[in-house]
Amino acid sequence: MPTTAFPERPTLVLIGHGMVGQRFLEALAGRGLTATHRVVVFAEEPRPAYDRVRLTSYFSGTTPQELGLTDPAFLRDHGIELRLDDPAAHIDRAARRVTARSGLTVGYDTLVLATGSAPFVPPVPGRDAQGCFVYRTIEDLLAIEAYAKRGAKTGAVVGGGLLGLEAAGALQGLGLDTHIVEFAPRLMPVQVDEGGGAALLRTVEGLGLTVHTGTGTQEITAGPDGAVTAMRLSDGGELATDLVVFSAGVRPRDQLARDCGLAVGERGGVTVDAQCRSVTDPRVFAIGECAQAADGRVYGLVAPGYEMAAAAAAALAGDDAAFTGADLSTKLKLLGVDVASFGDAHGTAPDCLDVVYADSRAGLYKKLVIGADGTLLGGVLVGDAEAYGTLRALTGSVPPVAAEQLVLPAGAGAPAQLGPDALPGDAVICSCHNVTKEAIQAHHTLAEVKRCTKAGTGCGGCVKLVGQLLPESGDAGLCGCFPHGRQELYEIVRVKRITAFAQLLDEHGHAAARGGDGCEVCKPAVASIIASLAPSIGADGHVLDGEQAALQDTNDHFLANLQKNGSYSVVPRIPGGEITPDKLIVIGEVARDFGLYTKITGGQRIDLFGARVEQLPRIWARLVDAGFESGHAYGKSLRTVKSCVGRTWCRYGVQDSVRMAIDLELRYRGLRAPHKLKAAVSGCARECAEARSKDFGVIATAGGWNLYVGGNGGATPRHADLLAQDLSDAELVRLIDRFLMFYIRTADRLERTSAWLERIPGGLDHVRDVVVRDALGLCAELEALMAAHVAHYRDEWAQTLDDPAKLARFVSFVNAPDTPDPVVGFVPERDQIKPDLPLLDIGRRPTEDVLLEGSTR
Amino acid sequence: MTTTAPEKTGLEVQLDVGGGWLPVCALAALVPGRGVAALLPDGRQAAVFRDRHGRLYAIGNRDPFTGAAVLARGLTGTDRGRPFVASPLLKQRFDLRTGECLDDPSVRVAAYRVRTRPADGRA
Ligand code: SRM
Ligand SMILES: Cc1cc2nc3c(=O)[nH]c(=O)nc-3n(C[C@H](O)[C@H](O)[C@H](O)COP(=O)(O)OP(=O)(O)OC[C@H]3O[C@@H](n4cnc5c(N)ncnc54)[C@H](O)[C@@H]3O)c2cc1C
Ligand code: SF4
Ligand code: FES
Repeated sequence: MPTTAFPERPTLVLIGHGMVGQRFLEALAGRGLTATHRVVVFAEEPRPAYDRVRLTSYFSGTTPQELGLTDPAFLRDHGIELRLDDPAAHIDRAARRVTARSGLTVGYDTLVLATGSAPFVPPVPGRDAQGCFVYRTIEDLLAIEAYAKRGAKTGAVVGGGLLGLEAAGALQGLGLDTHIVEFAPRLMPVQVDEGGGAALLRTVEGLGLTVHTGTGTQEITAGPDGAVTAMRLSDGGELATDLVVFSAGVRPRDQLARDCGLAVGERGGVTVDAQCRSVTDPRVFAIGECAQAADGRVYGLVAPGYEMAAAAAAALAGDDAAFTGADLSTKLKLLGVDVASFGDAHGTAPDCLDVVYADSRAGLYKKLVIGADGTLLGGVLVGDAEAYGTLRALTGSVPPVAAEQLVLPAGAGAPAQLGPDALPGDAVICSCHNVTKEAIQAHHTLAEVKRCTKAGTGCGGCVKLVGQLLPESGDAGLCGCFPHGRQELYEIVRVKRITAFAQLLDEHGHAAARGGDGCEVCKPAVASIIASLAPSIGADGHVLDGEQAALQDTNDHFLANLQKNGSYSVVPRIPGGEITPDKLIVIGEVARDFGLYTKITGGQRIDLFGARVEQLPRIWARLVDAGFESGHAYGKSLRTVKSCVGRTWCRYGVQDSVRMAIDLELRYRGLRAPHKLKAAVSGCARECAEARSKDFGVIATAGGWNLYVGGNGGATPRHADLLAQDLSDAELVRLIDRFLMFYIRTADRLERTSAWLERIPGGLDHVRDVVVRDALGLCAELEALMAAHVAHYRDEWAQTLDDPAKLARFVSFVNAPDTPDPVVGFVPERDQIKPDLPLLDIGRRPTEDVLLEGSTR
Repeated sequence: MTTTAPEKTGLEVQLDVGGGWLPVCALAALVPGRGVAALLPDGRQAAVFRDRHGRLYAIGNRDPFTGAAVLARGLTGTDRGRPFVASPLLKQRFDLRTGECLDDPSVRVAAYRVRTRPADGRA
């Protein structure tokens, strides 16, 4: 066996590269210890540390790469030797060396254990059957997913705690009929009390899960092929199931430590002191879930682990830092339900009293534990954990208002919500990174806070409160004319049914702007709002009608795209990119007859460039005759729904992606939005249509369609996130309807869906709550708005050709309608035309001494 | 340069092009908030606008930043009382009364006086 000789630099060996191990490496680097030490890391898992806390988000589209916590450059820059897939197998404390499974032996001066914990699988017969899983690593999730997709219909989770509920949500998301079997009489027995458990139960059952509380698992039965078929329960019943996930708690992984004689706690965990040093051997440290801290507890949360990592690194650097215990407060969103507990949640202090507010119909339960002297000691919140940040920070002090007022919902007699202003400066706002209110208020923007203090970069539970503590980011108005942002204007227009820009400006603009003409920013934004809402507020649907015409950006005003020399481009709609030879010929003939430059666009259609303004109606008359419609290449509206060829021709295709792309393009054509909308449909997971780079992307699965949202190409590319899986045609269309209308309603001006999704509080989860689970009760309205849009759609170009008043604008000069603009000229290039640039340069950028022509001054 | 146009039919818009008043179009051809382009006898172009209160303006049509004759197709607005048009190409704004570029005062386009007269040409 090769043995690495002691080099001159002392060697630090870390066993375990999980969340806490990685944090420890960062703390070492931060203190310069990676320069003075050789650092070797043994990792059991095949991939570097990742965000285990967000593990479940894998099922909503977060990729394993996105979960990663380790930047390869970090390891490289600090010379850290990370050995993946090579667990430590043996520790020889006398010789001070560690031997790994591969046989490599490394001598150490300091040894740090960060082996985390292992899921506890109760010793029931049959627990090794095929189809039994635990829920701890990415590999576990991949295995569960693969098994579930091989035809499983029913899944059962053993354990109704925090992780059990997460696992149950994941199984349900995989389309399984899901059961939770919990031995205790309530769900989440550790975090919530009986009342909280009851509220949680109602909500969880409301989501379609079946819960068996007060029930133990006695045996797993398997079929002749060794695969799970059922579970025998302690109440005598039997539960038929295809898949079982054990989530009955965790046990510290301390076997290596036991084997080499390190002291461990009664219930496991390497016994350490306040510096996280083993009480047996000063050269050995243990941090995270594998350690029993100085207060005698084994912490199963990441925040205390991070504090231990910091304490151990400080001790190695010779600094003072101690970990003597941590708050067990948690705030979680489980299956879409807010659950929080903080402080002495179960009221164990002598003489304490409970203040409880419960509304089981609404799934709400809030309890505060108050000490005899009025001090807030802790509490439990289920269903609405809005007040968590404030309450947790107030824990340990006498709240400035009566306790009842802290738990009553707004509108039920509660006074004004106790805002973050009430918090003392040293209140800890971010418990993952131990950041106080004062430290946060030393910064101005959320990005700055995250960068400088790390607050908000852990579980994310504090982000909302952090936002409230930061100064307002100035006037949120759309432009100099309005004090309102786009979303507010949308609501004003919708509620007051305002169809005229002047009325909106005069009633809702800044005083100084009233009576004026608005500006180039608010006019198109308001035009877009009116157009999106047109059928519902009684406005005319055509963008060139009446006063609306004056608001449109120049492209919308001429229903074409302005080019650099003042000519226009013409883009007929080619839904899904599918086109007949006859139509292709028409496009070719029109281009030839009008001398236009043609190019295939990046959006699977054909652009005809170089049309003079006065030619546009004649060009479109030919196109409309041949059955073409406006492609809205000029509008902040649906552009294209790209398709791949799909099942019809492609050997891999599993659905008819072309038909779906055409259906979607025809449904949403003409829909005006805060920014342009792009979509695509791929016929299988190979994704030839690049759907995940679109505002909404659809990817076929064997069972239907997966819907992705918030993708973007362009300057800031973003992959779309999975919103929902295995949808039928009707479900898909319904979700897109809701998604688009919710976006139109709440986005800022010129904010693509990607930026919107990143910005709105709650992000993707919130959008899913609203459009999939209808948490705001808005879906019926959103669907009705889309139905009105679909019913009122008319081709803008066909309507324009029929209306002499609208056609009147398509002239070169008001006093010489057919004289071509002499600045618009073309020269040949590669057998086509291009703008004649020297023509543009004549007389460009006049200098100050140019006289005002015709001026009397 | 501005004049107020009484809301009557049969009025025609005229520009002062140096050598005299040039009729360019009927007042009804101007949509409030939008412009039209007019070809001048010497080959230059003017952009003529009407605001929501009926005031008329005319400036050169050629965008000095790009060379294209497109200012008539821009969006109009009011900035602290100054009426302007924003070029549809790169969005620089020009004062409709003086032709001065709001975003770069070293640049300006021509400004023309405008008036309306009964369509038969009598003053
Ligand atoms: C014609 C075309 C390029 C081509 O020859 O292929 C094109 C041309 C323009 N694009 Fe594009 N884009 C074209 C496909 C794309 C694509 C590819 C796609 O759609 O698959 C992208 C990246 C995908 C995306 O949008 O996420 C794209 C990202 C942009 C962006 C950046 C958007 C962003 O969110 O970062 C802009 C700027 C903007 O919209 O603010 C832009 C803006 C423009 C404008 C409108 C710029 C302008 O104001 O003059 C161009 C005028 C088009 C015209 O005159 O007809 N174009 N543009 C493509 C027309 C597709 C179509 O059939 O409608
Ligand atoms: C689904 C899920 C959701 C969670 N949600 C939350 C939450 O909302 N809030 C919260 O605070 N916490 C949550 N947790 C708990 C949190 O993930 C842990 O507290 C945290 O990961 C502990 O970090 P650790 O480094 O101690 O252990 P781990 O992250 O488990 O890392 C230990 C690593 O050591 C490796 N290892 C073990 N033995 C060896 C060996 N002999 N040699 C080499 N490597 C070895 C393991 O393979 C593992 O990679 C959640 C956990 C899960 C599974
Ligand atoms: S995405 Fe799939 S179905 Fe579509 S063309 Fe590509 S391989 Fe074929
Ligand atoms: S509390 Fe978890 S990130 Fe701030």
